[in-house]
Amino acid sequence: MKKYPYTEKKDTRSGFGAGLLELGRANPNIVALCADLTGSLKMDAFEKEFPERFFQIGIAEANMMCIAAGMTIGGKIPFTGTFANFSTGRVYDQIRQSIAYSGKNVKICASHAGITLGEDGATHQILEDIGMMRMLPGMTVINPCDYNQTKAATLAIANFQGPVYLRFGRPVVPIFTPADQKFEIGKAVTFNEGADVSIFATGHLVWKAIEAGELLAAKGIEADIINIHTIKPLDVAAVLKSVRKTNCVITAEEHQINGGLGDAIAHVLSSHHPVPQEFIGVKDSFGESGTPEQLMKKYGLEAINIVEAVEKVMQRKNQRVTM
Amino acid sequence: MKTVLELEKIASQVRRDIVRQVHIANSGHPGGSLGCADFLVALYFRQMKIDSSDFKMDGVGEDLFFLSNGHISPAFYSVLSRAGYFEVSEMNTFRKIDSRLQGHPTTHEHLPGVRIASGSLGQGLSVSIGASLSKKLLKDDKLVYCLCGDGEMEEGQIWEAVMYAGAKKVDNLIATIDVNLQQIDGSVEHVLPYGDLKPKFESFGWTALEMDGNNMQNTIYTLDLAKSLCGKKKPIVILMKTEMGQGVDFMMGSHKWHGIAPNAEQTENALSQLEQTLGDF
Repeated sequence: MKKYPYTEKKDTRSGFGAGLLELGRANPNIVALCADLTGSLKMDAFEKEFPERFFQIGIAEANMMCIAAGMTIGGKIPFTGTFANFSTGRVYDQIRQSIAYSGKNVKICASHAGITLGEDGATHQILEDIGMMRMLPGMTVINPCDYNQTKAATLAIANFQGPVYLRFGRPVVPIFTPADQKFEIGKAVTFNEGADVSIFATGHLVWKAIEAGELLAAKGIEADIINIHTIKPLDVAAVLKSVRKTNCVITAEEHQINGGLGDAIAHVLSSHHPVPQEFIGVKDSFGESGTPEQLMKKYGLEAINIVEAVEKVMQRKNQRVTM
Repeated sequence: MKTVLELEKIASQVRRDIVRQVHIANSGHPGGSLGCADFLVALYFRQMKIDSSDFKMDGVGEDLFFLSNGHISPAFYSVLSRAGYFEVSEMNTFRKIDSRLQGHPTTHEHLPGVRIASGSLGQGLSVSIGASLSKKLLKDDKLVYCLCGDGEMEEGQIWEAVMYAGAKKVDNLIATIDVNLQQIDGSVEHVLPYGDLKPKFESFGWTALEMDGNNMQNTIYTLDLAKSLCGKKKPIVILMKTEMGQGVDFMMGSHKWHGIAPNAEQTENALSQLEQTLGDF
């Protein structure tokens, strides 16, 4: 198992804030809109440096999404910022009609995604957003794994023409990807190569997959660990290359098992290469209040859960082979 | 610049186009479309600076119009084609398979003249604010126009937009509300009365004007006045009184023709009341 030492932990939302500031300096067409969560989204540095290009919309997310759609007419590149819940479920129809169907170049940037939002509880912990966004025709869906990758993704989407949903989070997590990485939309990143099992992970679960990889290596199991930062369009070639080698799959995401990365991978498998798959994710329930660590444990999103799922899926694979 | 008489002649043709599109498609929304015909003609044939021969999505250096109540698409398509954005014969494809003239307007099929999809109500005013802000950033002194239905005032997002535009002084925006007092289930009074719109808008920091949207003279006067009031730290709203079904006697005075198509006999009757001035499509 390849080693991923880290020296620092940071929140992915700060990666977004740093990326946005850099974009503001590089491109005068970048504008930012926020619905009363500037500090939470780490958009304050952009607001301070570019007040004329920062639009405080107030607690009116529907208005924000459609204003952003309108601002693209004239060539501006709007980045909207609010919590993931208010970036998707609350404004689904606005995104559907005025952004996705209308083909507008809006970057929907969503923080506090998933249960690691923590103590605020289930009203704010959206676990369905990836599903909602990947169902929209023409929508690109990205869930980076650490500070550096989130910053790189923020920079990359500005140069991409079309609507994007960029999902990130609140807790501080290890920084284990390079600061100078080139972020390629739709291109999976391999963290470890192994022939026994494919682990496809997104967002905060990528680090958990790496931790799981170390535990598995101690048991003599070598895993392909692949970071699917872009859930749509999915890197189908990378998925198939791995599963043709390993013939069993784990998907891991801080999201419902319905509609998210797991479903996207299952679709590819059932169409091209049907093999056993186990799903790490929230299993059709709402979240609740608690610390991020407590919640990840309670909802089965830890490295140990991935290890157990690997053992199960490999057993299923081996049963198939003997049958 | 076109005279009142010339504009009225175009509006008569637009009304024929509306009735014929809806009849040929055997579906669509004639009532509100007929009511807004005069306003849209005044806008596209006199008020706005546009380049219909070379449609560009960004519209820099042009006035922009956004239709929020997308169901009056027959009126919108007629005016766009008569203004030169596309061939008038394309109106034959309205609401048919493989058409650019979808039931509700969309950018998805790349129909020249359309800059946003609409149909799901309440969104167009926010989009118009976005376009207005973009124009300000670009130092483009052209204006943004928006049309909403009055039933649409029941959508909460409208009031998010009204609050924002007033508070942030979006003064290159002229919104028009089609006050025909009708919606699908009956009169606005019956469904959900919105009270007096003028003081509502004014209290949010807008300049509110009233207009007879079925009187061309009054319409062009009010549009000129609205334009002269732009740039004074307030968005402008025009409360436009219209008659649903205007120009076709049996479609007037009721909500019943909001969303149904006339049959052959009714179409013939309607067309007998509307002078053909530019040639039918």
